[in-house]
Amino acid sequence: MIGARRLDGLVHGLGASVLVLALSALGLLLWDVVHDGVGRVSWAFLTGYPSRRAATAGILPALAGSVWLVVMATAMALPVGVGGAVALEEYGSRGRWARLIEINIANLAGVPSIIYGLLGLGLFVRALRLEHSLVAGAATLALLMLPLVIITTREALRSVPVSLREASLALGATKWQTTWHQVLPDALPRLLTGLILAVSRIVGETAPLIVIGALAYVPFVPDGPWSSFTALPIQIFAWLARPGTGFRENAAAGILVLLVVLLITNSVAIWLRDRSSRRRDA
Amino acid sequence: MTARTRRVVEGLIERTLWACAAVSVLVTVGIVLVLVWEAAAFFGEVSPAAFLGGRTWTPLFYDPQFGVLPLVTGTLLVAVIAMLVAVPAGLLIAVYLSEYASTPVRRFGKPALEVLAGIPTVVYGYFALLFVTPWLRTVIPGLAGLNALGPGLVLGLMILPLVSSLCEDALSAVPRGLREGAFALGATRLQAAVGVVLPAAMSGVSAAVILAMSRAVGETMIVAIAAGQQPRLTANPLVPIETMTAFIVQVSLGDVPRDTTAYRAIFAVGLLLFTGTLGLNLASDWLRRRMPGAVR
Repeated sequence: MIGARRLDGLVHGLGASVLVLALSALGLLLWDVVHDGVGRVSWAFLTGYPSRRAATAGILPALAGSVWLVVMATAMALPVGVGGAVALEEYGSRGRWARLIEINIANLAGVPSIIYGLLGLGLFVRALRLEHSLVAGAATLALLMLPLVIITTREALRSVPVSLREASLALGATKWQTTWHQVLPDALPRLLTGLILAVSRIVGETAPLIVIGALAYVPFVPDGPWSSFTALPIQIFAWLARPGTGFRENAAAGILVLLVVLLITNSVAIWLRDRSSRRRDA
Repeated sequence: MTARTRRVVEGLIERTLWACAAVSVLVTVGIVLVLVWEAAAFFGEVSPAAFLGGRTWTPLFYDPQFGVLPLVTGTLLVAVIAMLVAVPAGLLIAVYLSEYASTPVRRFGKPALEVLAGIPTVVYGYFALLFVTPWLRTVIPGLAGLNALGPGLVLGLMILPLVSSLCEDALSAVPRGLREGAFALGATRLQAAVGVVLPAAMSGVSAAVILAMSRAVGETMIVAIAAGQQPRLTANPLVPIETMTAFIVQVSLGDVPRDTTAYRAIFAVGLLLFTGTLGLNLASDWLRRRMPGAVR
């Protein structure tokens, strides 16, 4: 039995060290990016335009493009996603259609993002002739976002107690009145948390945008939904693909900006989740 | 509003909501239609047998060859390296977190690991190209600047939290009584984990592994940045290769004219990729549905 106990302790230690190792790899990655890029981050970098000279290049058009993309994609995916989730969760019968839609959403969430890029290329860029506009990019990202929004909204709706719905219905409210005035407000903090996580997923998406042809030299801030655009991850990729250490520093600095944006959005999501769980405990 | 108009409005709202839900089905239909439509044009020029069985992939040459096998082996090579990292490490971490770790460690460890899953893939590509590969080259002299090994290891790091968190869910779903029964018979935590908990959680664990494989096969940016653009039929992780996803990126970046066979090839490769990942996802889904039923 001594052998078994020792082996038990060994696996305990091994598990802990693998966890530490994985987290150190994360730390190493972050350190590497900060080390390479922190010297380039400055006000001039944040407000500058792309340039052939690495030392004077900036990321303003990419930042603005990312903001446009996220706002437009969210505006497209949010109503449809929440509506679909409400249908499945509040109105859902155990019918064949509901089951089909459910299986379909689960599988959509597992489709590689580059396939969404091919869909966007075939549908938005070529069939609908939207070319490389913000609309085409945002619509592609919206499709990518849709299953995430539906899944998180359903989880948020499931956390609302049934008694709330029953009380509302007992007072004579219709199903929609109950959903709109009672269920959705109660689910809102969790819904927002899920939405922010979905947004932070698409902020970093690169492959689908490259496939729809968004990798281009765009030295201006987009002036409307039909403008051509670049985005943060695309700019990072473009700099990475160029020879010379100057552009690599730029890529690292761009990554730092991207990570800070993600850090802020995720902190907001965590803060919202904490607040909602505390409210429920009270 | 009268009761009658109220009823009409309610019906309209319900129909609109179901229409929203149906959009998700349209997305799937759209993916299949676009891929099949464009791939059909490709297969009008290249026979499916030459595509699936060919050993040479040179779509941009004067005399193009469209044998997809080098892209498939490139994809599998990187994915297998990633799985060799992610599955043992992820499973060990899952066993540690669910069977050994104290509550504070678990409460810190899980979200900390999930940070890894939230990092954009282009960042991992940077890490693979400019940190991991240069470091590996100091250890392995024959390693090329672009290779399958570096991105494979980094991809493994990326899918590690997926494996560990899904495996941990599967392990924690195993009823407490089973462990206690093993402990009562004098088993150590390891003996209980390996002899009782893991077998009971097997379908959940396999579902996690298959889903991770699907994610590894479909991953794009890490391999596009750090694995190269040289399709070759090899199992050697030290030389540049090209994956299916990296080829799609390569054509999207380059000045390949539309309406050429090379351009349509990205849809044929996409269709193959979609079919492969769909099969893996369905298998994983099926296994997960069986998960709680394994022990009741």
